[in-house]
Amino acid sequence: MKKSFFLLLTAIFSLVVSAQEPTVETPLSQKKVPSVKLVDMSGKAVNTSELTANGPVIISFWATWCAPCKKELNTIHEVYEDWVAETGVTLVAVAIDDEKTKSQVPVYVNGKAWDYTVLMDPNWDFKRAMGVNNVPHTFLVDKNGNIVYSHNNYAPGDEEKLHQELLKLSQK
Amino acid sequence: MKKSLLLFGFFCLNQLVFAQGNLTGNMEAVFQYLNEDSIINAKQPVQKGLMNSYMNVFYTQGNFKAGLRFESYLPRIQGYPNRFDGTGIGMRYVGYQNSFVDITLGTFYEQFGTGLALRTYEDRNLGYDNLLDGMRVVLRPGKGFVIKGVYGTQRLSFQQGQIVHGAGLVRGVDGEFHLNEGLKWMKEAKLDVVAGASFVSKFQADDNPDWVLPQNVGAYGGRLKLTYGNFYADAEYILKEQDPSSDNQYIYNHGHAAIFNLRYTQKGLGILLSGKSVDNMSFRSDRTKDLQDLLINFLPSLNKTHTYNLVATLYPYATQPMGEVAYQADVLYTFKKGSQLGGKYGTTVGLNYSTTYRPEQTLNGINLDDSSRVVYNTKPFDMSDSLYWQDINFNITKKLNKKWSGIFSYYDIKINNDVVKVSDAKGIIHTRIAVLEGTYKINPHHALRWELQGMWVQRNELGINDKGNWATALVEYTISPGWFFSAMNQYNYGNDDLSKRVNYPIITCGYIKDATRLTVSYGRQRAGLFCVGGVCRPVPANNGLMINLTHSF
Repeated sequence: MKKSFFLLLTAIFSLVVSAQEPTVETPLSQKKVPSVKLVDMSGKAVNTSELTANGPVIISFWATWCAPCKKELNTIHEVYEDWVAETGVTLVAVAIDDEKTKSQVPVYVNGKAWDYTVLMDPNWDFKRAMGVNNVPHTFLVDKNGNIVYSHNNYAPGDEEKLHQELLKLSQK
Repeated sequence: MKKSLLLFGFFCLNQLVFAQGNLTGNMEAVFQYLNEDSIINAKQPVQKGLMNSYMNVFYTQGNFKAGLRFESYLPRIQGYPNRFDGTGIGMRYVGYQNSFVDITLGTFYEQFGTGLALRTYEDRNLGYDNLLDGMRVVLRPGKGFVIKGVYGTQRLSFQQGQIVHGAGLVRGVDGEFHLNEGLKWMKEAKLDVVAGASFVSKFQADDNPDWVLPQNVGAYGGRLKLTYGNFYADAEYILKEQDPSSDNQYIYNHGHAAIFNLRYTQKGLGILLSGKSVDNMSFRSDRTKDLQDLLINFLPSLNKTHTYNLVATLYPYATQPMGEVAYQADVLYTFKKGSQLGGKYGTTVGLNYSTTYRPEQTLNGINLDDSSRVVYNTKPFDMSDSLYWQDINFNITKKLNKKWSGIFSYYDIKINNDVVKVSDAKGIIHTRIAVLEGTYKINPHHALRWELQGMWVQRNELGINDKGNWATALVEYTISPGWFFSAMNQYNYGNDDLSKRVNYPIITCGYIKDATRLTVSYGRQRAGLFCVGGVCRPVPANNGLMINLTHSF
């Protein structure tokens, strides 16, 4: 009995110790973008874990039927050129429209003249892997693929908080 | 021996979790406390409180992956489908993936092409989950080339905390080739081509004493996507073999589903034209099931998904899998900044038209005892003059100045309620809806948004106007990034039954911190249909408190 208690204690201890280890390099609160294979609007394959090849990335989950999502992306659209110039960021708008509305995605994206990278996630593989409950959900990812900030919901003004986090990242 | 095994297990777990692995996931909990409300016919459940919750955990380390979901329904919230009960594991898998192969054992979600042959997916809001439990292999033998194979049984329900599987077996293979990525001589070609084909087969033992039922039923077809500059076209055609089922009254007709999209886009303009033809295409891994149970394929309805409350939840349309022919046109145009109609910030105008008809079917004149049981003939896109659905709508989005922006939308909807049956009303329900929405930005962090919605239902030739006219008003105050408060009232002022001219007030407040969101609402909610992707579930009227917590990690 005593022996098994000791064993359990050792096991828990080792768990705690190694739990603290990673904080030296990467805090536990950080997570990386998982690898999911999606296609863009033209059908070209994109691996989501390679999105940050050219610098920091904003990943924004949206849908053509989601009014606050569209409001967020249209608001950022007005200042996007400035953000790109300041920080070299790329915005990846992941459309979670399924086959019912998927074909309307390029109509909306072009109709609104967005300059974002748009990925299609019709069966929610990437949405699931990123732990997204509801749209809009926006993630900020540093150039090493670490998710440093995320926000679920959009209210006017939220884009300023995202901008601040983005600036913080580019000053590092 | 046992102890050292335990220790070893602990050690492995510990290494697995805290090595360079990557852990992601999310959770949601919904709690309802419901009151009795005889005016809207809302019942208080015997438990008074109801709760749904789940948590997903996904783990990857190097090429290894694993995931699971705990689900809990104690008991399920009101209006949630009755196939959810208890606490337990509703999804679990392990797998390995590299750039060539991706193997999953356990449960998985998969879609072939547009899903006309196979789509397993989940929507927890809707209470839909038809996952496959078995094995999946995805191969990428060359650039632009993907081959998928699936084998498994479907999730029918979740009882006493355990997955209950369907009776049939589902097998499928799908291949897709992006020529411009895979072929050297196509790399620089202006024309972009993606071609694919799928084959899906289900097996279910013949347990019917009256007929000789096919035990293996196949569905197969191909698809093509073409892009040339600003032009885009795609199409998919799936043929289903003889599949007598309770959906089609055990007839021996073949079935088909076909869909196409034509599109032209340029900066500031998008135009889409879509068509769809469906006949006898209910495809389930158990021929005796109905509603949303054990569907192998996905037949999207061809119309816009509306978001405003009155438009979205009273008269939505869902595909009729036994047959329909549908068309849709969608246009979005933005008048440039500085132009006469664009003003300082640009103006966006959207137009959408969708219509669905019953297919033309020529009866063969055989009676149902005839051994062939091929009851009618039909051709793809051959439609009758019997209307199922029509929706003409437009919207104008305009930012007036730094403080004010607004959207005006108008909808004219006809729905054949003898077929779609969104309520008890007979005949075609014809309704017009107008919505005005405005946002006033008080300062960089505070904003006020409001909506005014009116719904006017016409009386049809039977003198029926279903529940009559409605009005809705909503105000929402947001403080970025953390808080929101909203109040909404819906009033059924035009109901023929005076006792049903009821107000439905509800208040909601929410707190958001990064990836955590907590909302609390209290009030009355009217009965309606909650739909995603053309799949709907009816939600009964209720009165009470609802608390919702979501978190992502």
